[in-house]
Parts: sequence; structure tokens; C-alpha cells
Amino acid sequence: MEITKEHIKCWINKINEKITENKCYLTKLDQPIGDGDHGVNMERGFQATVNMLETTSYDTVSSMLKACALSVMSKVGGAAGPLYGTAFLRMSLHLNGAQLVTEKMFIEALEEAVVGMKKRGRTEVGEKTMIDVWAPVVEKLQKDGAFHASAIIQTAKEARNKTEHIAASKGRASFFKEKSVGYIDPGAASSYIIFEALAETLEEGACQRG
Amino acid sequence: MANVGIVLISHSVQIASGVKELIQQVIQEVPIELAAGTEDGRIGTTIEKISSAIDAANKGDGVLLFYDLGSAKMNAEVVLEMLADDQIVIAEAPIVEGSYIAAVEASMGKTMEEILETLWTGFPANDNNMK
Repeated sequence: MEITKEHIKCWINKINEKITENKCYLTKLDQPIGDGDHGVNMERGFQATVNMLETTSYDTVSSMLKACALSVMSKVGGAAGPLYGTAFLRMSLHLNGAQLVTEKMFIEALEEAVVGMKKRGRTEVGEKTMIDVWAPVVEKLQKDGAFHASAIIQTAKEARNKTEHIAASKGRASFFKEKSVGYIDPGAASSYIIFEALAETLEEGACQRG
Repeated sequence: MANVGIVLISHSVQIASGVKELIQQVIQEVPIELAAGTEDGRIGTTIEKISSAIDAANKGDGVLLFYDLGSAKMNAEVVLEMLADDQIVIAEAPIVEGSYIAAVEASMGKTMEEILETLWTGFPANDNNMK
């Protein structure tokens, strides 16, 4: 399967729709162990990114992802802005120059995104962050060598739910130490949304809104 | 010779402007710029504000960046990667004490390296990113 600009646009649109639906949920997760603005921040940033994609045309998947990176970095705010921005930027850099993006290349780009996010947040798996979702999902993709929607969603959901049992050691939640146990990490929750959106986008084959 | 410039990156405009006020009670000749709050006046930091504050604070002898919480540093790092200028450095020291000391030293005409050395000696627990 080829990954096209339409896929990327559809992916971002779906992320935005799901973030909007889950805005209160994300904010509620962020209240006890963060600053309570994750839902609002994500909605503002992804809505701005959707608007940008609607009104601009791009030559390649790479250039589109780069524009998304800059938009997310400047509009999302919080720690999620630079982290998700870095993810899109790394993907863009990996796919730079490619006119045709294969499934394999896109999986490699996601691997690069994980490397970049770990570096940006100085984070490894098990610290109650978005990496706890990104790393296992991308590992699963590497293993499968292809996008299987149900496998992505299941892996992402399990990974997200596991963060409830972890004590945070990165980000502002780390100030709460063991008191952060018992809450799903908000970044893990929004990362689940991002992969659920990706799985649905690729499953549908082309961009079908709804 | 110009003075090393200082950028205060804070989630809160009040924190950044309060620190600037504190410094300027004694030091006026050092460029101090703020990158605080979001474009629409909420709590947060943005890469746009950080990069324009750096531009304004840069008089040719480098700029030291001080930040309050984690994501402010991440945004600062994004800007530094884009600028790729080794005279723009994130200082690993508490924003109030660190920037105060840096301003005093900058006003004495100390170089970036000398100020970093003082900060590193003064705040050894924060040496993880010092070079």
C-alpha cells in the first residue's frame, strides 16, 4: 500500500475529530497529575493544523508532515506541542525526497518519530509518558511489517491502560511520584487517539470522512 | 563589546516580568528579553516568542536562556536546533537565581563561557546539560 498526502490529511482530520470528542476526558486525566489543559491544547493545535491543510497544497508527504510539525509545535502548547511536533518532523525528515511512500517507509518514519520523541523528552519506556504507547505500537508495526488496524488499536489501548499502574518519572506528573499511580497518563491517552486515527485512516484505504 | 543577553522563558508572564524587574533594580545595561505565556495570553511557552526574544537579546556576544518548567526547555531546544548557533545556550540553573547571577556577570563584561562556568559552579546539581 502506498501512503499518500490524502492519508496524512485524513489522519490529521481524524485526530482532530477524536480529540474534540475526547477533550473533556483528556483534560480530566490531566487535572490530578498535570496542569489540566491537555484536551484544550490538543484541540487548539490540531484544529489549527486541519485548517492549514485545508488551505495549503503540498508537493510531497514529507513537506506536508513538516508543515504539520511546525503547526503542532507552535499551536498545541504544553509539552505535547514540542513532542508531537518532533514526531511529525522526524517522519518528515525520514521521508524527505520521496515521491512515493510505501508502508515500509512509513513504519520506518514512525520509528524515527519514537527516536526523536525519546530524545526530546529524555524519556524511555516505563516513565508514564506518551512513549509508553508509541514504543510498543511502533515495535508491533515493525514486527508485522504492515498496518493491521485491529492490531494497532489493541496494542495502543493495552499500552495506554498500562500507564495507569506506573509512577511517573518524567514530566510534571513526576512531581507527584507514587501519587501518580492510578491515573492513565494524558499523553498516553492522546497517543492512543493518534494511533486509533491512523489505523482507521489506513483501514479505509482512502480518505472517507465521517 | 556588547553584553551577553538573557532570555527568560516562563509559562507565566508575571514570573518572567517579575524576574526581569528584580534584575533591573540593579542591572540596566544587559539585554533581558521575555518569552512568557502563549500568544493569546494563557499559561505556556511558544517557540515563536522564544525565537523573537533571542533575536532581540542577541547583541553579538551570545544569549543565555533560562526556563521554568520542562516543556519550556523542550520548546527552547526546538528553537536552538533551528538556529544552530553555539552562542545561544540553555542555562541549567534556577530561573531566578541563575538569571540574576548571569545578569550581574554579563554587566561586568564576562563572556558566555565565564558566565556558564559560574553557573555550573554555583548550581552543580543542574550540570546534566552543561558543556
